[in-house]
Amino acid sequence: MILLNQVWTILWKDIRTELRSKQMIAGMGLFALLVLVIFNFAFDLRVDNKAAVAPGALWVAFVFASFLGLGRTIAAEREKGSFDRLLLCPVDRKAIYLAKLLGNVLFIGVVEIVALPVFAILFNVPFAAGALIPIVLLGTVGIASVGTLFSAMAAATRARELLLPLLVFPLIVPIVIASVRATGALMVVTANEPPWLGLIAAFDAIFLSLSTVLFEYVIEE
Amino acid sequence: MSSKPYLEIHGLKKSFGLKPILRGIDLNLYAGERMALLGANGAGKTTLLRILAGLTRPTDGRILIDGLNLVQQTREIRRKVGFVAHQPYLYDELSALENLIFFARMYALAQPQARAIDLLQRVGLSKKGRERAGALSRGQAQRLALARALLHEPQLLLLDEPDTGLDQDGLALLAELLTEHHARGGTILFTTHDLEAALGRSDQIVMLNNGRVAYQQATASLEQERIHEVYQEVVR
Repeated sequence: MILLNQVWTILWKDIRTELRSKQMIAGMGLFALLVLVIFNFAFDLRVDNKAAVAPGALWVAFVFASFLGLGRTIAAEREKGSFDRLLLCPVDRKAIYLAKLLGNVLFIGVVEIVALPVFAILFNVPFAAGALIPIVLLGTVGIASVGTLFSAMAAATRARELLLPLLVFPLIVPIVIASVRATGALMVVTANEPPWLGLIAAFDAIFLSLSTVLFEYVIEE
Repeated sequence: MSSKPYLEIHGLKKSFGLKPILRGIDLNLYAGERMALLGANGAGKTTLLRILAGLTRPTDGRILIDGLNLVQQTREIRRKVGFVAHQPYLYDELSALENLIFFARMYALAQPQARAIDLLQRVGLSKKGRERAGALSRGQAQRLALARALLHEPQLLLLDEPDTGLDQDGLALLAELLTEHHARGGTILFTTHDLEAALGRSDQIVMLNNGRVAYQQATASLEQERIHEVYQEVVR
């Protein structure tokens, strides 16, 4: 109960801060939309290749936009010194990680909600929105769980903008591939597809548990 | 005075990479005592305070606060320690009141809002409660940082140049708050560059030079003229 209270309090603070500053979410949303527009014009989309190209474009937009937010998760507080003040409190470090993770999932989720209809219009691809939700949600949790952990690590370095993608991209490759393939499978029915959603869920479970445990060691100086 | 020090520092060393910052500090501070830490920039004052606050891990040495080992029992110790840095480090987008409520909740205080309002009044910011912390003046922000450090009524108060940015009223308030804390039996360790402030607010003076204790003396037994000479020598 104490852990949940702490998670909620930190999350409430992050949401309130973001709603007032609007620094992160506006940038992320705009970036995702720009990527979708650029891909739409860059590729020669035809009926036969749309289903192959569109899921990749969608997840590239999500992943790149996510990195804009993930990079600021802890860096902004570290720069202002307020993260130290949070660490001074007798707060379970797991609560800090979970709150930051939930905040990231929420902010990325808002960007995805805005980007998905734009994607559907631009790429003109038929897909069942209901079936896409679990893929997007699980994919986002996977990206955010690894990203939140490494954003704490990168925040303590000078080259954080460079370091974060270098650390996170290799680790989330399985999640991104599985998410792209699972999204593609919604557009074109293919036989003998592996259980992509189960694969994403498995990666999420592994990354989430590891990150929750390791976060404590990453943030302590 | 109890026979066991409230804060015990034994052979404390800290290096950043190959650069030694603290080269073996031994200090004792008894409950209810006030210690002023003086020294030139880079002498290791802030590093020492950050270690005692549990923000930085020591490279070597042993620190006990109220009998608890700082490295092994950091979480229990955090409830006993309040820390004020020379910068306020607030959440700029939150109001002054929200900042205090947030930290009161982090310390799991019973009535976070009531406690936050009390402290805002105590530091003279009750009219600024709804203003964003980022819009407060430097002195007001430092007052808010003082209020935050006192929220959970810590036994040990660590202050790193707490008078930075404070105007005359702010300085008087700081002196008042420290006196109150001391009167309640609280223990205080603060750094300053102001020798007069150190003499006026402490029971013990410690001067650091190049990561070592260069001078330590009870304020009551100091020769006023000699101390200025010593300070000039150490700080230079």
